[in-house]
Amino acid sequence: MRVRKIDVLVVGGGAAGIAAAAAAAREGADALLIERNDRLGGVLEQCIHPGFGLHRYREELTGPEFAHRLLGEFDSSGAEAVTGCTVLEVNPQGPSVVAASPKGLLKFRPKALIWATGARERPFGALRIPGARPAGIYTAGLAQRLVNIHGLLPGRKAIVLGSGDIGLIMARRLHLEGVEVVAVLELRPFPGGLMRNVVQCLEDFGIPLLLRHTVAEVHGKDRLQGVTVVEVDEEGRPLPGTERYVEVDTLVLSVGLIPENRLIEGFVPLDPLNRGPVVNARLQTEVPWLFAAGNNVAVFDLVDSVAALGARAGTFAARYARGELPEGRAVPLVRGENVLHLVPHRLVPGVPTPVYIRVPHPLPRARVSIGGVVTRNHVGVRPTEMIEVKLSGEALEELAGLPEVRVEVSPA
Amino acid sequence: MRIAVIGAGAVGALIARELTRYEADVLLFEREADVGWGVTKANSAIVHGGFHEAPDTVRARFCAPGNAMYEGLCRELDVPFRRVGAYVLAFGEEELAVLRELQAQGEENGVPGLEIHSREEVLAREPHVNPEVRAGLWSPTVGITEPWTVAIAAVENAVANGLKLHLAEEVTGIEVRAGRVQAVVTGKGRYPVDAVVNAAGLFADRIAEMAGLKEPVLFPRRGEYILLDKAASGLVRSVLFPAPTEKSKGILVLPTVDGGVLLGPTAEDLPRGAREAVETTPEGLRRVVEGARRLVPGVDLSQAIKTFAGLRPESPQEDFVVGPTVVKGFYQAAAMRSPGLTAAPAIAKWLACEVMASELSLSRRGSFNPIRKGIPRVAELSEAEWEELIRKDPRYGRIVCFCNRVTEGEIVEAIRRGARSLDGVKFRTRAGFGRCQGGFCTDRILQILARELGVEPEEVPLRDPSSPLVMGKVRP
Ligand SMILES: Cc1cc2nc3c(=O)[nH]c(=O)nc-3n(C[C@H](O)[C@H](O)[C@H](O)COP(=O)(O)OP(=O)(O)OC[C@H]3O[C@@H](n4cnc5c(N)ncnc54)[C@H](O)[C@@H]3O)c2cc1C
Ligand SMILES: Cc1cc2nc3c(=O)[nH]c(=O)nc-3n(C[C@H](O)[C@H](O)[C@H](O)COP(=O)(O)OP(=O)(O)OC[C@H]3O[C@@H](n4cnc5c(N)ncnc54)[C@H](O)[C@@H]3O)c2cc1C
Repeated sequence: MRVRKIDVLVVGGGAAGIAAAAAAAREGADALLIERNDRLGGVLEQCIHPGFGLHRYREELTGPEFAHRLLGEFDSSGAEAVTGCTVLEVNPQGPSVVAASPKGLLKFRPKALIWATGARERPFGALRIPGARPAGIYTAGLAQRLVNIHGLLPGRKAIVLGSGDIGLIMARRLHLEGVEVVAVLELRPFPGGLMRNVVQCLEDFGIPLLLRHTVAEVHGKDRLQGVTVVEVDEEGRPLPGTERYVEVDTLVLSVGLIPENRLIEGFVPLDPLNRGPVVNARLQTEVPWLFAAGNNVAVFDLVDSVAALGARAGTFAARYARGELPEGRAVPLVRGENVLHLVPHRLVPGVPTPVYIRVPHPLPRARVSIGGVVTRNHVGVRPTEMIEVKLSGEALEELAGLPEVRVEVSPA
Repeated sequence: MRIAVIGAGAVGALIARELTRYEADVLLFEREADVGWGVTKANSAIVHGGFHEAPDTVRARFCAPGNAMYEGLCRELDVPFRRVGAYVLAFGEEELAVLRELQAQGEENGVPGLEIHSREEVLAREPHVNPEVRAGLWSPTVGITEPWTVAIAAVENAVANGLKLHLAEEVTGIEVRAGRVQAVVTGKGRYPVDAVVNAAGLFADRIAEMAGLKEPVLFPRRGEYILLDKAASGLVRSVLFPAPTEKSKGILVLPTVDGGVLLGPTAEDLPRGAREAVETTPEGLRRVVEGARRLVPGVDLSQAIKTFAGLRPESPQEDFVVGPTVVKGFYQAAAMRSPGLTAAPAIAKWLACEVMASELSLSRRGSFNPIRKGIPRVAELSEAEWEELIRKDPRYGRIVCFCNRVTEGEIVEAIRRGARSLDGVKFRTRAGFGRCQGGFCTDRILQILARELGVEPEEVPLRDPSSPLVMGKVRP
């Protein structure tokens, strides 16, 4: 097996990985990006709707357009990419990475590794919904690839379970392709995706959103014939007597993304709520040579944040590879009230960073506090919209003096 | 000499394979589009020790001998098999008495190595077992396998030895004249035969009726399961049983050959007609969780990746119906409830090589080759072996199923060997069987199937033409 030495190896060619490899190369490192698909871009490739890049490019782009722009930056950076190559193992000793490709097995010995493998979809089986196992049950991302990449229609009459952004966007896509979309069901009393998507994907097309509803059973042995829809109480338990049968041949599930960290979870500490590695403001994990960026750190709403994290990870990984990243003092960020997802977990003096916060449930008015030093009032915070708080140099200096920084979102 | 075997489950497949040792035309009829999609597809996959079976039953007669044959069989057919051993766990004195009875019963059945282990010994071996456990009956010969692969491998090997496989061809009639089998009738034609083997699983009573027999009487007994991801693999090393009940061996926690953990099954009697009721139910899944947690309290349901159900072909006698019948040339391998998978090799050997060979005066062929090579599994190869494979065919370097590390090369080979559907590929390669349950690879496999078979993606089904995966193209 060939062994290749490299300064910075990036695993995963989505927005985070592309931005990371480009930034590392710009910082002077020998940078290589590995992607298992034949093309770079990750989920952007299948997101043909507009809504990308408002922050980064101040323009509303489709996913592939955003990827194209980002790849332009990548191409001029001097970084190299290998596609059709899947990373299989990360050996913390070394460190070394083993990957498989049609050219053979490849081994890399990077000085720094950037983990940018994105997120995978929670499968139907995890929901333990009773019924047989007919054809016609798809996760939203898979349905999206079938329609947008392969030009295939998953069915003729569909119901969507889960109102996350992917579910909302797929409801619209299917509707536009002539599939009858009966409804979008959401277990919780509030939608799981961005408000703008609820309006632009459902309301504009007259697709009903049924909050506090779920699928109690699937019917059909060969192809899906219908589902039993049921109302649920506050705890998500089905309310007896509210069951009704809905005839559909397709069930699309948008029931959550899981950060993809299988190959590193054995040796790097993960944040159990983010389900991604603990990272500092440099996007460095608790294993110094391992950096992480993108949806595998925590699931982000916007590709702009993902790309920004990637670039930051690339820059610091390159410095680490050069031996120019002294182990700075780190100030832990700790979760206070109403904080579900939190990135990063440590501040590093002199390294400005935004703090990303996701709340577990909606609050009509809220006060966001970062260590009491930075506070901001918000009208209407929702789990579906991440809060991004930028820390100025001054604020950072003040926070750096604290033993720990408490992040909280209190009702105001 | 022409012999028809009805049913390409583990039982029919192994019988058909034994019959290809002889000078005879062997036909295997299967109503499903692929091999091993009946009862053989959804069960606990345990190669039982034989201590659960009452000594005077046909089950007891074939279970322990079947178990003893598994190692050799799986070596010949390149099928995964691991002797992981099993515990029957006792909670309280009463159940301890049950263990002693099982031990005595097992010894009478010729089951080797049975021992009662103390609480401490049990917990040392299986640290996640409920600490309230009183004792455990240890059975070292219990194993686990991949049941559908037993059927697929046996059929591949039999075909290499001359078997004619008739898939998607349902037997609809059996002609009997003067007390002797004359022909088998299917949806596609009439086949004059000298002998018929009824290995039709859940439908064996209907086949028997076609031959004018009243036995067996069958009804389905459903078993529901929850499958946990490989991440749960440290939870148990061996098969864990509770003390058995009248109706079943209870709800178990056991490892699967590819590193997952299986919880179940329930045992629920269904009406005779409900032969396709393989749906899971809220009540059933609740029982699985409850039963599994009684043995292993730390079962983590967030690791669940799949739920499914299987139907046992149960009879009022709760025993196999095997052997010759009053109809000359009509042989039964029916009412194959648990431990039918375990007993299958022993039944096949006895029925084909003793009973049928002598009654039908079959003579041995010189050229029988017992060896079948499986599809290479890159996940199980050394780096050097894998490199070598990629050099010969670069498609073995292209990962399609990330969860189970299955390559395009393996999928193409599965199609070459007869996979015509997503499930056909899945059961032959494990692609789509892992943590993401096909979320990542379904469209990729669909494309490969369409390309290799030269068909449109709309023509590629989950299982057969009644289960299409996609229903047309996007408007141009
Ligand atoms: C349906 C949908 C709609 C969205 N809509 C919007 C929107 O309107 N606006 C917006 O700003 N954002 C949107 N987003 C979010 C945004 O697209 C994502 O947050 C972002 O693209 C994620 O990038 P990533 O690099 O973290 O992950 P990914 O794009 O998932 O990239 C990860 C890459 O890693 C590769 N990989 C994984 N494991 C391995 C391995 N072992 N070896 C090699 N390669 C590997 C994968 O193949 C993949 O290409 C949407 C997302 C989705 C799914
Ligand atoms: C829940 C459960 C758990 C079990 N656990 C275990 C265990 O752990 N260990 C063990 O040893 N055993 C176990 N068993 C039993 C074991 O699974 C069965 O004994 C075995 O799989 C039966 O194989 P078979 O070939 O007889 O039946 P099948 O696999 O059902 O094969 C019969 C085939 O005949 C076909 N067929 C039916 N009618 C026709 C027709 N008219 N024309 C053509 N083809 C036809 C069917 O499609 C089917 O493919 C379990 C069973 C269940 C349901």
